[in-house]
Amino acid sequence: MLSTNRLEFKYENGPSFSFPDIACGKGEHMLIIGESGRGKTTLLHLLAGILKPQSGVVEITGVNTSSLNDSALDRFRGKNIGLVFQTAHFVQSLSVLDNLLLPSFLTGSKVDKDKAKAALTRLNLGDKLHSKPSKLSVGEQQRAAIARAMMNNPAVILADEPTSALDDRNANEVIAMLEEQASLNGSSLIIVTHDKRLKDLFNKQISL
Amino acid sequence: MNLLKISWSNMRFKPMNTALSIVLLAFGIGIISLMLLLKEQIGEKFDRNIKDIDFVLAAKGSPLQSILANVYHVDAPTGNIKVADAKKIIRNPMVEQAIPLAYGDNYEKYRIVGTTTKYPEHYGCVVSEGVMFSEPFEVTLGSTVAQETGLKVGATFTSVHGFDNAAEDDPEAHHHDKPYKVVGILQPSNSAIDNLILTPVESTWMVHDHGHEEEHTETAEADHTEEHAHESIGEHPDHASEEHVHDEDEEREMTAYLIMKRNKGAFGMLSKLTENTTMQLANVAVENSRLMNNFGLGLSTVTAIAIVITVLSFISIFISLFNSMKERKYELALMRTMGGTRRTLFTLIVQEGLLLVVLGFTAGILLSRIGLLILSNTMKDNFHYGFDKLGITKWEILLFAITLLIGIVASLLPAVRALRMDISKTLSNG
Repeated sequence: MLSTNRLEFKYENGPSFSFPDIACGKGEHMLIIGESGRGKTTLLHLLAGILKPQSGVVEITGVNTSSLNDSALDRFRGKNIGLVFQTAHFVQSLSVLDNLLLPSFLTGSKVDKDKAKAALTRLNLGDKLHSKPSKLSVGEQQRAAIARAMMNNPAVILADEPTSALDDRNANEVIAMLEEQASLNGSSLIIVTHDKRLKDLFNKQISL
Repeated sequence: MNLLKISWSNMRFKPMNTALSIVLLAFGIGIISLMLLLKEQIGEKFDRNIKDIDFVLAAKGSPLQSILANVYHVDAPTGNIKVADAKKIIRNPMVEQAIPLAYGDNYEKYRIVGTTTKYPEHYGCVVSEGVMFSEPFEVTLGSTVAQETGLKVGATFTSVHGFDNAAEDDPEAHHHDKPYKVVGILQPSNSAIDNLILTPVESTWMVHDHGHEEEHTETAEADHTEEHAHESIGEHPDHASEEHVHDEDEEREMTAYLIMKRNKGAFGMLSKLTENTTMQLANVAVENSRLMNNFGLGLSTVTAIAIVITVLSFISIFISLFNSMKERKYELALMRTMGGTRRTLFTLIVQEGLLLVVLGFTAGILLSRIGLLILSNTMKDNFHYGFDKLGITKWEILLFAITLLIGIVASLLPAVRALRMDISKTLSNG
């Protein structure tokens, strides 16, 4: 589903990274763990096509993402990759429900209000549909962000430090939810983190 | 869900910034549009009142005043002139036509003008009710006068001496006893006639000439029979009363004559004839352009202020979009990760700029209409002059195009920055 081959990246006037090859099959869950400064976020951005590698290849659903032009890549990312960040971000002026509709709208897919409502209700956010995101607690925001990442039924879910800002209980809840949602969707799940608490939860791991 | 909804939500999310931009633009556009409306409508009113009148022959004084008084009917006349003197000029072959005007009285501040039926005919005025005046003390009302005073055909009223500025309760203003009788009402002509009460010249003479009243009533009656005689042989009835004015009332006075010239160069020749008399000939075109220039200067000053306000509003829109773009950097990057393209973000921001200017422009056009109505009411109270055209003018369409263009320019820099944004860096620093 997702594989990389000899990925290398160098920041202008900054550090350079070369990453181990990654292969994540359909529906597989894996953890990429590494200390700060090992290029975790850089790797995640490379996988998501937000950064372009100096050399090497990222392939998702058989497509070499480097071969796509800018806007094709934007669309491809929106359709095939669900991103979850350390802290959840939203379009502040839109309601929680409308924020969930954004990925479908932006990729030109069918905007399915009922699906978004159902997803939010399943995550106990049924009464917050029309609230502004800023009115939600941090935990609620992270749940809503995960629901949003699932909206386009992506092939791959990439999570960047999804637990490092959370306490143990919330961290476990978020990981459980990510795994559950990824399984429901049949999506591959790749979590990039330095959070050692997650070490024992995944069989498949890569250390940077 | 659509881009417009996102733009709209963003604007509502920062109501103060949005309101500031819109209010500034509304005032700028509102004032500019009001000035354009005023200029156009005043010009139009002026043109309609001038209607081929070349010169005004009146007592010596300010030529501008004699135009204002006798063509637009908004100022006091410069005085009276002797019919016998005037005849030397209006009978000149260079004069195509001369319409006499004699002022003196008013009714509820509407001027009573002694004249001939040539006057309403010149403006193409048609009687909508009753008939045109023909006998002394018969009057035909302008449409506005009829509407405002409520006088109907058959009604009678007594006049007050003086012009429209003499209030009815002014002890100086005395009432005249001899009542006028309404015989007709004119259709609206959108000229100064709508605000006048027209009567034969003889009425205004007789009303101020109590000693001769009897005698002149008789003359008028005699004239009346004469008129009928003329009518029966197919001549224009007016001709009789005009002749009567010239032949029998040479010692009488007139306020002014509106003169249409027959050929070019008439002004110089006719002006020469007024030398060493108490009369002067005012050139309508010259005085009118002087008036428009003075008036235009005032409008230009106000317009300049309005342009400054408009420029400020565009700076406000620019700053507001720029700040909002900076604040929403992470959101915009996020939209890119969810499938939005560079073009999506660009469109979103330019669209917000356009929404702001369209709202501001619309509010401005509404403001200018409200302003025009208020001004029009004040003008009606003071000069019986009003503006009533509230439609969109061609200038405003041009103004709208310019507004849109500047709206795009103001949003271009923020939009280009969004377009060029490095989403990896933005997301890492968020």
